Amino acid sequence: MLDRTADNVARATPEPLAKKIRGISDKGLAWLFISPTILLLLAINIFPLFWAIYLSFTNFRANRPNEAVKNLGLANYQRILGDQDIWIAMQTTAHFVFWTILLQTVIGFTLAWLIDRKFRGHAFWTTIILVPMMLSPAVVGNFWRFLYEPQIGLFSYVVSFVTGIPPTNVQMLSNVELAPWAIIIVDTWMWTPYVMLICLAGLRSIPEYIYEAAEVDRASNWRQFWSITLPMALPFIMLAVLFRGIENFKMFDMVNLLTGGGPGSTTEVASITLKRQAFESWRTGYSSAFAIILFVAVFGLANIYVKALNKVKQR
Amino acid sequence: MKSTLKLALGLASAIFASTAVSNVAHAEDLTLCWAAWDPANALVELSKDFTKETGIGMKFEFVPWTNYADRFLNELNSHGKLCDLIIGDSQWIGGAAENGHYVKLNDFFDKEKISMDDFVPATVVGYSEWPKNTPNYWALPAMGDVVGWTYRKDWFSRPELQKEFKEKYGWDLAPPTTFDQLKQIAEFFQKRQIDGKTVYGASIYTERGSEGITMGAMDVLYSYGFQYENPKKPYEMEGFVNSEKSVKGLEFYKSLYDCCTPPGASNSYMGEGVDAFKSGQVAMHMNFAFTWPGLQKDENVGGDKIGYFVNPKGPDGDQFAQLGGQGISVVSYSDKQESALKYIKWFANKDVQAKWWSLGGYSCLNSVVKDPKFPSSQPYAQAFLDSMAIVKDFWAEPSYAPLLQASQKRFHDYVVAGQGSPKDALNGLVKDWTQVFQDDGKM
Repeated sequence: MLDRTADNVARATPEPLAKKIRGISDKGLAWLFISPTILLLLAINIFPLFWAIYLSFTNFRANRPNEAVKNLGLANYQRILGDQDIWIAMQTTAHFVFWTILLQTVIGFTLAWLIDRKFRGHAFWTTIILVPMMLSPAVVGNFWRFLYEPQIGLFSYVVSFVTGIPPTNVQMLSNVELAPWAIIIVDTWMWTPYVMLICLAGLRSIPEYIYEAAEVDRASNWRQFWSITLPMALPFIMLAVLFRGIENFKMFDMVNLLTGGGPGSTTEVASITLKRQAFESWRTGYSSAFAIILFVAVFGLANIYVKALNKVKQR
Repeated sequence: MKSTLKLALGLASAIFASTAVSNVAHAEDLTLCWAAWDPANALVELSKDFTKETGIGMKFEFVPWTNYADRFLNELNSHGKLCDLIIGDSQWIGGAAENGHYVKLNDFFDKEKISMDDFVPATVVGYSEWPKNTPNYWALPAMGDVVGWTYRKDWFSRPELQKEFKEKYGWDLAPPTTFDQLKQIAEFFQKRQIDGKTVYGASIYTERGSEGITMGAMDVLYSYGFQYENPKKPYEMEGFVNSEKSVKGLEFYKSLYDCCTPPGASNSYMGEGVDAFKSGQVAMHMNFAFTWPGLQKDENVGGDKIGYFVNPKGPDGDQFAQLGGQGISVVSYSDKQESALKYIKWFANKDVQAKWWSLGGYSCLNSVVKDPKFPSSQPYAQAFLDSMAIVKDFWAEPSYAPLLQASQKRFHDYVVAGQGSPKDALNGLVKDWTQVFQDDGKM
């Protein structure tokens, strides 16, 4: 039936077109099909990237399109790498990435491990745990800002109840020491379920017979965890760390909503600095150079990490 | 059959004609871009008269203050045609003029006999001129505004508080005339129980993201002796921006933040200030005058409970206030410049300006503000007039944005985060601003 249809289509195709189609190889046809996607990617990803690389060597400002564009060579890169404020922003970002990943991995894996016990009502609790992840970051940022409010915020009252410190003294977003932790807490609250899901997939992929064999060998629960569960779930954990690492490196929305980078510059992560330079100070060339540096840093680190991940998977 | 055909054709022509007419009218509608705030609502009301008079419809594009600059500067930079008229912030004037975003209005003013001498001088310099103090006009002063203070008149007038205050500080509890007095009052009210509620001294600007802390700190620094540059040598900032007097001013602003603001007020600007005052949290409240009509009408804190005062004097008796407000300009990328200019001409009219004031807008026209009835026309009118007489504004250079970002960072780092000293903050500011002007080739 199919053959007949194809035959009919072939017969119905005008001879000149049929000749042309017959002349295309399989590879050519494949290229023909994927070319729209490639063109789109070139237009919205690759071209802007190369354009940004070009701009990074110039003094171009998007708010002064009529001004002559001067080639500055590596001056923008030199200025960024010698700028103390940029290094402080990078340190703030590193601090934020490190603690969010650590907390989300530990809590996420623990939750996944508990959910994997398949206790009564585990499906219900899984759904409840996933709720924060389903919310919009804008909503999360706004309601946590209210929760942290020293005079009316629930968080301040809970801390006050537990510690005895007056709630008006619990100034999570105004205090230089506490503000970074305020953001880390919110990000952990929101994205731990994501890590949990990936870890849960990892735990569920471990074949049951391995545990049965371990039982036969009289391996303790602890031994089973260290020798079976953790090594076999490790590639999944590493994958979750990679995803969260990349996401948190470019974290913007939560910081912007909660603290706007303040107090002072204590929570000014690299993405906030980049936004200020690009869209508030309109230093397009300078900010392009900064974006390229960030891109190379994330790309390089992610590559090293993926290689490590592949090694773990091969073991 | 023929008559049916004629009827059908007639109907079709009528429908076509009416649609075409409505489309023409629609096409002539002007779009005015501004911030989303109370005066914008008053302008919508006022503009109905313009539509009545000219038949030109008005559409409005109002954006919240937090996105106002981003949104409209993007629009102007991309040569967008969204706005035919724009009420742009005073600091944009340099960039908008030099980059060709605004239509120069000199010829139009000459033709229509609109004289800038008819407007409050500070608003002409602040909202219309570029370069400053030259007769090159890019906007018509539209909305006068200035930073001033409101206070809780009802609390200030309580005999028991007056007595206690006098005993403690040796002078009568009244609106302060110096910053030292302001701080004493703020300290007096800080964490005081009033009607069973803990209240605080003052709400001041501390916002980090846009321009808040700069507007607040400058409001104090000017009266302490801060100057942007050497009056005899433009762009020479060393010894002016970071003078000893400026250092004292910034130190004072931090001390006011540390001692006398409500808990968590580390990112407050106009909206947060209004909230703090309306909710009865603070005894005094720093804010732009545009907030005053709304506060005056407030059931809980308005009416007889609210008073207004001009920015106090500094230690040497100098008294200045941060200018706010905007001028209205015609966007050079608009296809409806002729109609937009008609709007400007209409808006400059004396009667329209008088109605503008009565609706809650702040007119900049001399004939309105110098009217003998003006000071008593609203409880805040005198404070507004006195404040407008002592204004100073931030840089209005084409590079105002990076200049502002630098001051936001330096001030917030010191005042709110407590990092470094006031001298470090101002030295850093000189360094940042010098870099900006060097990049611009002005130094």
